[in-house]
Amino acid sequence: MSGTLKVHVGVDLGSTTTKAVVLDTSGEILGRGITNSRSNYALASEIAREEARVSARFALLDRALAADDLLATDADRFRNRLLTLFRQRQHVTQLGRLREVSLAEAHADRVKHIRDGLLGRLRDIFDALERDANAPSIETMLASEKRSSDFFRDRAGSAFSRLAEASGASCSGAGGSSVCGEGKRTHVTFDDLMGIFDKAIIQVENTPIDLTFEGNIRDALDACTHGLPEALRERFRRAVDTVVGRSIEEVRTVGTGYGRQTLPFDRRDVRSEILCHGLGAHRQFPTTRTVLDIGGQDTKAIQVDGSGIVTSFQMNDRCAAGCGRYLGYIADEMSLGVHELGPLAMKSTRRVKISSTCTVFAGAELRDRLSLGDRREDILAGLHRAIILRAMALLARSGGIEETFTFTGGVANNAAAVKALRQLVQENYGERTLNISPGSIYTGALGAALFAQRGEDDEARPGQEVAA
Amino acid sequence: MSDSSDTEKAVAAHAGSGKDDSMEKQKAMTADHFRALTRAREEGKKVVYTFVPGNLTELMHAFDVLPVYPEINALQSAMRQRSAQFIGEAERSGHSEDVCTYVKCDLGMIKNGNIGPTGEKLPPPDLLLLSYTGCFTFMKWFELLRQEYDCPVVMLHTPYQSEGRVTDNMRQYMVDQLRNEVIPAFERLTGKTYDEDRLRECLRKSARAEDDMVAVLESAKHRPSPIDAYFGGVYYIGPMFTAFRGTDAAVDYYSTLRREIDARVAQGLGPITPEGEMGPERYRLVVEGPPNWTSFREFWRMFAEEGAVVVASSYTKVGGVYDLGFRHDPEHPLETLADYCLGCYTNRSLPQRIDLLEQYMNDYSADGLLINSVKSCNSFSAGQLLILRQIEARTGLAGGFIETDLVDPRYFSAANVKNRIESYLQMIDQKRQQRRQSLGGSGGSPPPPGSTPLFSPGAEGQP
Ligand code: SF4
Repeated sequence: MSGTLKVHVGVDLGSTTTKAVVLDTSGEILGRGITNSRSNYALASEIAREEARVSARFALLDRALAADDLLATDADRFRNRLLTLFRQRQHVTQLGRLREVSLAEAHADRVKHIRDGLLGRLRDIFDALERDANAPSIETMLASEKRSSDFFRDRAGSAFSRLAEASGASCSGAGGSSVCGEGKRTHVTFDDLMGIFDKAIIQVENTPIDLTFEGNIRDALDACTHGLPEALRERFRRAVDTVVGRSIEEVRTVGTGYGRQTLPFDRRDVRSEILCHGLGAHRQFPTTRTVLDIGGQDTKAIQVDGSGIVTSFQMNDRCAAGCGRYLGYIADEMSLGVHELGPLAMKSTRRVKISSTCTVFAGAELRDRLSLGDRREDILAGLHRAIILRAMALLARSGGIEETFTFTGGVANNAAAVKALRQLVQENYGERTLNISPGSIYTGALGAALFAQRGEDDEARPGQEVAA
Repeated sequence: MSDSSDTEKAVAAHAGSGKDDSMEKQKAMTADHFRALTRAREEGKKVVYTFVPGNLTELMHAFDVLPVYPEINALQSAMRQRSAQFIGEAERSGHSEDVCTYVKCDLGMIKNGNIGPTGEKLPPPDLLLLSYTGCFTFMKWFELLRQEYDCPVVMLHTPYQSEGRVTDNMRQYMVDQLRNEVIPAFERLTGKTYDEDRLRECLRKSARAEDDMVAVLESAKHRPSPIDAYFGGVYYIGPMFTAFRGTDAAVDYYSTLRREIDARVAQGLGPITPEGEMGPERYRLVVEGPPNWTSFREFWRMFAEEGAVVVASSYTKVGGVYDLGFRHDPEHPLETLADYCLGCYTNRSLPQRIDLLEQYMNDYSADGLLINSVKSCNSFSAGQLLILRQIEARTGLAGGFIETDLVDPRYFSAANVKNRIESYLQMIDQKRQQRRQSLGGSGGSPPPPGSTPLFSPGAEGQP
């Protein structure tokens, strides 16, 4: 394993999450990365790419381990543990930054009157967070990182607020009983603390931090191989070193998605997400002819031909009713995470008929229903069906649903939405093959990476030949 | 159609000589017309409100009355960014969100003093000439105006071409209405007797201007097209579709415009856009449906920036489909007015519209058909998806669909529209690439899935 590895990258800048996919020259997916889209799109794109690079390096490490007879025997367990520890390193790095920024925020004039109390409470909270992060229990938390909503912001946010609440109510766990009393005297409230957190997390998210494979892997490796015989440790070290030493050349990157215009890419390296979803879905399921993508801001119904080329599409108009964002509002309204909505809706026994999927009225509709005595799960089942009904209208307008049909985008991970879709497809079109890739959230980025790979013959974009 | 927007200034630079003769002329004509309207009362002139499709402008000139077109007022209000307020007022007074926004904009404008595009107050109508060409909203609109102004209404009912052709019966039915209803109403209004020679004279001038206008629109068959036949097109059709058909001013305007465009063709120039000369022509599109007026310039830019030029559009046929050969005929004055009304684009059956668009796709060597579906207008929007599927199936070229509104800014989402236009143009790129890669490189792509021809090409003859 030496020489330069050439790769093609696709970045899908969505309204909620930003995804990146790295393809090797044979077209195999080498790495994938995802992060929450923040106000700084360029940075979100860079972080997703970095994540994809990290996962590409781990893929290279897999290859290196497999090639070593000795290491290959226990490669999976080692690799998973290393990955967990690597994530832990990343988490601790970000937490350190969050601490610095939070303490700096506590010096702002706005909170002058409670500064001392605030500083004390923040130190206690961060001490506790760091202890937790370094304790083995973090491993379980980090291991469940399958959930795409689990970004640093979410993980740190829930832990911080738990501690902020607890240290306000009682002094247990916070370092030293004096803090509690001080907190009361200086009136540091839960809201004060969360105010600091909200300000700090934005800064942390919007400044670059070293989360690279190269920058964090050695510490992780040390921890991972701690206690092993030195010869074996050395062997692992060599495997990791070859991966670190491998230079990866990103031949071309193509951007897509809602925020693609804001990416610092050449116009020629930007593709519509409609084309990318078509091509990505075709790659995931080559017989696909119809694609439904429900993203945060828009819903798209796409028809593709045998090579993944879009032949027709329809999307929602200016109104984001029935898009992913709508589920976000509902989740906020119910004080739940978006990923909790589907499972709850699946428990429904008696679906409520929902008439409006208007994002603006989502909260009102929900409160009306609750006040009428409907159960949350039944309302949610109705909401999911309403979303899919809107999508069905777009599908019909785009030309219907062909035999092989693929559902992509964040909402494709939602079991209740999938269930409603299956029912409605069956009712309206009869038997159809519905595909959902476990990596459906990456479909757009995959399509973009494939466009990047098509590269050169694609250069002759809009035809000068026409004008000639 | 004149306001002092940047768009207009840019379009005004159209003259091949570097001067903007035609646009200056159009401006002057419009200014004269509105001046005449403000002085109508004192000069004892009668004012008639009427609609663009199926307008009887020559007959009005023959009776020396001044026409006002509420649709034009509405789109002018939108271009001056007044429509949101006007529509809001109409909605507050009880008009539903679903009512055509031209109507609400007009009602709001009336409530705000009926100030026209030149900043002067428009006179109230002495007569409402309801030329009905298939849009039911027209009837309701003038019902409201009648209530507002308490003035007489005369209706000219144009039968829809449901069979895809104009029959002698239909024509006779219209001539009878003209003779027995419309002309007597004008006689009562003006106290003058109908002077057929005067009407013939106007019709003769119409035909001359029509020849030149068709030549201008058909100049888009050249590569590169010297005009944008949608965004630029709305300026070119202005005088013909409104108060000036049948006048010397229109004859002069269109011969000037034609000279300017001919000069552009000779020099191999493309269209002028609000941002100046357009870059290389990359896409040639046929567009179906009216434009959005509230973000007209931004909308145009989305096309121009990508090198997309509209080579033919159905909207520039709402006030008459002249390129199929119809000309006003002074030898048969009332019959020709009947034929004119019967032939307007929105009075044509869906199969006829599809045939016409297919013809445009072929004659103008287009890369695709793009439909702008406006929320307001059922006359246009009903059946547009069918049109799209049919054109895709018949031509194998890319079809695209965007949604906006005429004059309600709430229905123009720039990000959404831009996204769709870009996606559509990239779809065309891919189709081209596919065609290049396929052996031979000629021939269309197979029809898209799920499109079954409902109308067979050519089954419905053009009149
Ligand atoms: S519905 Fe269409 S044809 Fe009728 S008045 Fe409105 S814009 Fe004009």
